[in-house]
Amino acid sequence: MHEEQSESFVVSQENWSLHRKGYQDQKRHSDKVKKAIHNNLPELISEESIVMSDGRDVIKIPIRSLDEYKIRYNHSKSKHVGQGGGDSQVGDVVASDGSQSAGKGKQAGDQPGQDFYEAEVSLAEIEETLFRELELPNLEKREQAEIIEEDITFNDIRKKGLIGNIDKKRTIIAAFKRNAMEGHAEIMPIYNDDLRFKTWDEVVKPQSKAVVLMMMDTSASMGSFEKYMARSFYFWMTKFLRTKYEKVDIEFIAHHTIAKVVSEMDFFSKGESGGTICSTAYEKALDLIAKKYHPSRYNIYPFHFSDGENMSSDNGKCLSLVEELMGVSNMFGYGEVNAHSRYSTLMNTYQKIEDPKFRHYVLKENKDVYYALKKFFHKRLEGSV
Amino acid sequence: MTEHKALQYAVEEITEIAKGFGLDFYPMRYEICPADIIYTFGAYGMPTRFSHWSFGKQFHKMKLQYDLGLSQIYELVINSNPCYAFLLETNTLIQNKLIIAHVLAHCDFFKNNVRFSNTRRDMVESMTATAERIAEYEKIYGNEEVERFLDAVLAIQEHIDPSLVRWRHGNEEVEQEDDAPIIRKTMYDDLWEMDHKRLKPPAESKRKKTPASPEKDLLLFLLENSRELEEWQRDILTMIREEMLYFWPQMETKIMNEGWATFWHQRILREMDLTADETIEFAKLNANVIQPSRTSINPYYLGLKIFEDIERRYNHPTEEMIELGVKPGSGRERMFEVREMDSDISFIRNYLTKELVQKEDLYIFEKKGSHYKISDKEYRSVQDRLIAQRVNGGFPYLVVYDGDYVRNGELYLVHKYEETELDVPYLEHVLPYIHQLWGRIVHLETYVDNKQVVFSYDGKKVHRRFA
Repeated sequence: MHEEQSESFVVSQENWSLHRKGYQDQKRHSDKVKKAIHNNLPELISEESIVMSDGRDVIKIPIRSLDEYKIRYNHSKSKHVGQGGGDSQVGDVVASDGSQSAGKGKQAGDQPGQDFYEAEVSLAEIEETLFRELELPNLEKREQAEIIEEDITFNDIRKKGLIGNIDKKRTIIAAFKRNAMEGHAEIMPIYNDDLRFKTWDEVVKPQSKAVVLMMMDTSASMGSFEKYMARSFYFWMTKFLRTKYEKVDIEFIAHHTIAKVVSEMDFFSKGESGGTICSTAYEKALDLIAKKYHPSRYNIYPFHFSDGENMSSDNGKCLSLVEELMGVSNMFGYGEVNAHSRYSTLMNTYQKIEDPKFRHYVLKENKDVYYALKKFFHKRLEGSV
Repeated sequence: MTEHKALQYAVEEITEIAKGFGLDFYPMRYEICPADIIYTFGAYGMPTRFSHWSFGKQFHKMKLQYDLGLSQIYELVINSNPCYAFLLETNTLIQNKLIIAHVLAHCDFFKNNVRFSNTRRDMVESMTATAERIAEYEKIYGNEEVERFLDAVLAIQEHIDPSLVRWRHGNEEVEQEDDAPIIRKTMYDDLWEMDHKRLKPPAESKRKKTPASPEKDLLLFLLENSRELEEWQRDILTMIREEMLYFWPQMETKIMNEGWATFWHQRILREMDLTADETIEFAKLNANVIQPSRTSINPYYLGLKIFEDIERRYNHPTEEMIELGVKPGSGRERMFEVREMDSDISFIRNYLTKELVQKEDLYIFEKKGSHYKISDKEYRSVQDRLIAQRVNGGFPYLVVYDGDYVRNGELYLVHKYEETELDVPYLEHVLPYIHQLWGRIVHLETYVDNKQVVFSYDGKKVHRRFA
């Protein structure tokens, strides 16, 4: 620091390197943005750029920076003053707001040029937050539960243990430190107190294969919105199951009046015409289980997405097939995409099922994917209703 | 260090020239600092201010623009005695010369303009103390608790009463609404009415009203009347109000202050011996500063043009002006008088002439469909609009009308609507903040689509009621 004095002014240059205030408050803001991400999980997880991605990249999701709300004027309804180059005329366009391209959704304000904070959210971050809230359903124990694998991992260090599990490196470090404290920085001697042992924990994993039987109504009544909902749900569900099982197989069963096993691509893109008979899909699923995925080797998760419009004569059959499916599965999920709350014959039938393995959810808007996931994958506390 | 010597010499020279022109400023402290420090000060408005995420957001935005080469802060000057000015360490000498001349004029303005006469010149120290106290409260009550409170206060911090002379409660005849419409033949008719006070019928209800007459200072009203606030919260509220009172004169003299500083940096640098390179760089810098915009008003430019126009017109007055007592060659004298007595509103009202509006091609534009289109070029409309934008520092004018609405302790605010509507989504976010500070139902009366409407927040939801 140096300073030069004159009667009416001072010029000085100081060392500012410890002045971190701006950065500290910048962190406060970005922490709040992160928290907002967490609070906006329902909107985020149905974000198209994620669901349609290959699921590996860091995806940039536009996140509004936090608004500082004030009582202010409505910009688009007020008059403003500007300045031209000398030849301006009444009627000249001085700016446009580009509103035509904007999507729907409630605007938080009316000011043009809203600033967006391009927060970089990695898929892993979203997964972490989301999956923390999900649990595999804790249903009644099935017979093949003994196939649960047990594994051992060495992840702790203790002073007592089996001599065969001695951790040489840590033992030497401990001895060295103690000797150094006594004034001789060397390894020898090693006392009993210096010995360090690796100890293990038992890891309990559920049996490690699962299969998702994804059934979907592809009849004419299922539009792109309905399919997108099913797709988002399926995207996150398989991701979640993959964190719990080593191997997750997926089978896609598309149905209208008949059911067939199709590729993922066809499943989500192809539409068929005609009516709907859901029981065909359930039959197909049972068939697949019998042939490929025996319940003793697989955890089975059948999920069915529909708009609820089923041929009413078929509903009774569906009910009994669903019960049969539940007998071999971990759970049965039924998601109904019903944005306008129509009367649904299928849901009406399923309402009677009281088996805790049966879980259903009605999805009305994008956000519901999140709530559906939470509904399907929550741990039912044993003993509770 | 030769660079430092050169700067030292330049400061001396500029100070001399400025004094010669009659500028009158406080002792100056020039601090040379790195970009992130300048931008920190820019974001906070002050070198030492309390912590809040909104400043962090602002800092990040400004710093990012600087890093991307999109913007640069040219000047940062603090209204204090001694007066602090901050210079970016990477500035060239000519940049610093411009800035020094510019901030000297700002300092002259701070020292002499009547609007600043009540501002505290020890605000740097005061804000340091505030920052320390708020940090202390964060330790005691937790960051989140303090932040929740600051969020609420900052949302309404502009709603204070910055009048130079404040009369409080009980001046009944000062402001009472009149039901009978007044038909005015000319815009000065209301002056005649000042002689005979209109008699009011006695108020029907004898209930003692809080406030007795509509109160503009919402912060003060909350401070004195909210039953919700704890001691530490009152303390913070007081301090933030104090800071806003300090910043307020800068908001209401933005055009004048920047115009004045621009006028003088040009004049001062003209007096200096610049090299050819310096002259060109100065011209570029200056052109950057005063570049007009099609979609807003550049206060540097408009202020400069009005001051130049004053100088010209009072140096060479018309016959009409001479009849009114204007002496030829009195341009400078008049300019100094204006910088002392006016604020943006009177500055524009008195000195933005029809000729100037036409010469500078000023216009009004508004939104039609998805385009903003020029809708009016009339002198009066432009002038009125500019003034309307400057009223109350550009913020909507609210008053507390009743602190015991429907005798239930509810708060009733009135927006003094003057043809510019409020941003409703924003309003609906702010009402919960006021509710948080007041602790009971909050109402705000305003107009939407020319219909009177009352927004109310009851702690759960915002309701609208059309009258």
